[in-house]
Amino acid sequence: MKTVEQIKAAIEAAVAGAGVEVVPNPSPSGQHSLRIEPGRAVEVARFLRDDAELALDFLSNVTGVDWLDREIEETVTETRTVTRMVDGVEQAVEETVEETRQRIEPGFLEAVYHLYSVAKKHGPVVLRMRTVNRTDQVELPSLTPIWRSAEFQEREVFDLYGIIFTGHPDLRRLLMWPGFKDHPMRRDYVEPDDFEYEPTAHDRVLERALAHQAASEAASTAAGEKASEPAEAAEQQGTEADA
Amino acid sequence: MSESQSHSAAAGENPEGRKPGSQNLVSQRPESQKLEGWNRPARTEPEADGQLLEVSMGPHHPSTHGVFRMDVALDGERVIRLRPVFGYLHRNHEKLGEGQSYLSSMPYTDRLDYFCSLSNNWAYALAVEKLAGQQVPERAEYLRVILAELTRFQNHASSIGFLIQEMGASGTPLMYAFREREKILDLFEELTGARMMCNYMRFGGCRVDASPAWLEKARARVAALPGFVDEFERLLATNEILMARCQGVGILRPELAVNAGVTGPMLRASGVGYDIRKVDGYGIYNRFSFRVPLGEHGDVYDRFMVRLLEMRESVKILEQALKEIPAGPVMDPRLKLRNFRPKPGEAYGRIEAPKGELGFYLISDGGPNPYRYRVRPPSLINLTILEDMCLGHSVADVVLISGSVDIVLGEVDR
Repeated sequence: MKTVEQIKAAIEAAVAGAGVEVVPNPSPSGQHSLRIEPGRAVEVARFLRDDAELALDFLSNVTGVDWLDREIEETVTETRTVTRMVDGVEQAVEETVEETRQRIEPGFLEAVYHLYSVAKKHGPVVLRMRTVNRTDQVELPSLTPIWRSAEFQEREVFDLYGIIFTGHPDLRRLLMWPGFKDHPMRRDYVEPDDFEYEPTAHDRVLERALAHQAASEAASTAAGEKASEPAEAAEQQGTEADA
Repeated sequence: MSESQSHSAAAGENPEGRKPGSQNLVSQRPESQKLEGWNRPARTEPEADGQLLEVSMGPHHPSTHGVFRMDVALDGERVIRLRPVFGYLHRNHEKLGEGQSYLSSMPYTDRLDYFCSLSNNWAYALAVEKLAGQQVPERAEYLRVILAELTRFQNHASSIGFLIQEMGASGTPLMYAFREREKILDLFEELTGARMMCNYMRFGGCRVDASPAWLEKARARVAALPGFVDEFERLLATNEILMARCQGVGILRPELAVNAGVTGPMLRASGVGYDIRKVDGYGIYNRFSFRVPLGEHGDVYDRFMVRLLEMRESVKILEQALKEIPAGPVMDPRLKLRNFRPKPGEAYGRIEAPKGELGFYLISDGGPNPYRYRVRPPSLINLTILEDMCLGHSVADVVLISGSVDIVLGEVDR
């Protein structure tokens, strides 16, 4: 079995502009992965499947990962030129400043593919693809035309993570029902408040019950105020008319 | 025999000139069309009288082994479209796994494929051990093999029982299988405290040790298993009706099987020799001598026979493991289970579960909960080619084909 670096070299020799990058895995499992550019993913996948030496004919696992926006604090040392009064004369002086900056690294969705070879009995080779962001540019090319086993698994990733696989022949929700709106496996998914009283109330159930009660009371008072306003207005009008 | 032979022969010499069922399969198409792109035939033109009948099989159809639905379009009795519909048992197992510690997920894995809780335990434990680089004591490895093979035996026995029941032999073969399964479940109960939801393995070993008395009992039970397999095979394998109903039905070609990620007995029934126990040699499987039975035709009958033969191989492994099991601890007492925080990284661990390749993919960010917890369910992925196998067959055969895939909905929907 080739190492990830050798596979990377083989892909780059075969597919121009594949943009392969090795993602090291610090865990003892040693399963390093290859990140590929979504634009050339189908060509890369076809090469991996059809190459005589790699022969990765079996796509075992397809899954999504949600990476949220990350706040990164970094200390930056910067040298800049400042004009300053030195001995009564305005001069340009080099000044070195150390600053702590907060940078937000935008989140993305990731699709991970685990490949094995049935013919050569080796593997896994891990492929990853990233979307541009988590909100509006979430398209990735589907690898179902290359490996049929991605069919249901990509549908599942679409359903639970919201990655849109372009070129998938039948991209529908797999597990949630068709009218469902959100993607429940995202890290920032909030469960709807469909609280039902359970007779065996645990602490968490009681907490949810109180929160639910407060929310529904607030909603009913808001609705009550709205409903009572026109009635009052009508009364006032009535009294005015009487007068 | 003449009656039953005519059943399979009738398709070939159809007076209306219609092709026999299996020739309409995607898998029978020329090589060039097979793997590239979306290779399903146009299946919207009915042949007979221009009328289509759409039938919703399930979710409470007894043959679906749970709550699973197939939207079937029929032309006469011939299936021209089949769409599996999932999600009736979905509880977002993966989300639950991300919301709790590594140890707390262990009992939840029992609920995936509730026929084979010990295999699920092992797959999860293996993934965590890969992630954290843990070693497993010798005795625990042997206990895992013993329990996993007992699980495989009872799963195959009962799945054959269910298959035959769907063929109309209501009761008898299934009860024979369940009789044997009960004996194995008794062993599980004595060792783990539960018959089905065993929650027995831990990352880095097993929860409790097996007593010498339990091992003696297991040896006695295993010694009786070959007799049961012989009886089962004598009862079923050459049965005329079974052969007529199963042979040539639901053919799956090896190229399509590999491309569609089919694993387990289904893949091997298509003639592809890929058994993760041999390929990965996880645990201590490379110490045992056993063979990997393969089918030739890839039809329902071959799947049935491969399962039957695998039961024999399981008995072989069990005999060796029960003979060689060493004394020693089953768990390193220094291992932390409760405040367990593996270093950041990821791991994919897989085993040969009775239904196919069961894998767990874990990403750790250094916290007490996994950042990503993914189950690779063999039952779901083996259903990818259900439509391809069923096209052109009758409704009664659809029941049979889906039975031969051997699914458990707890794992399909998760």
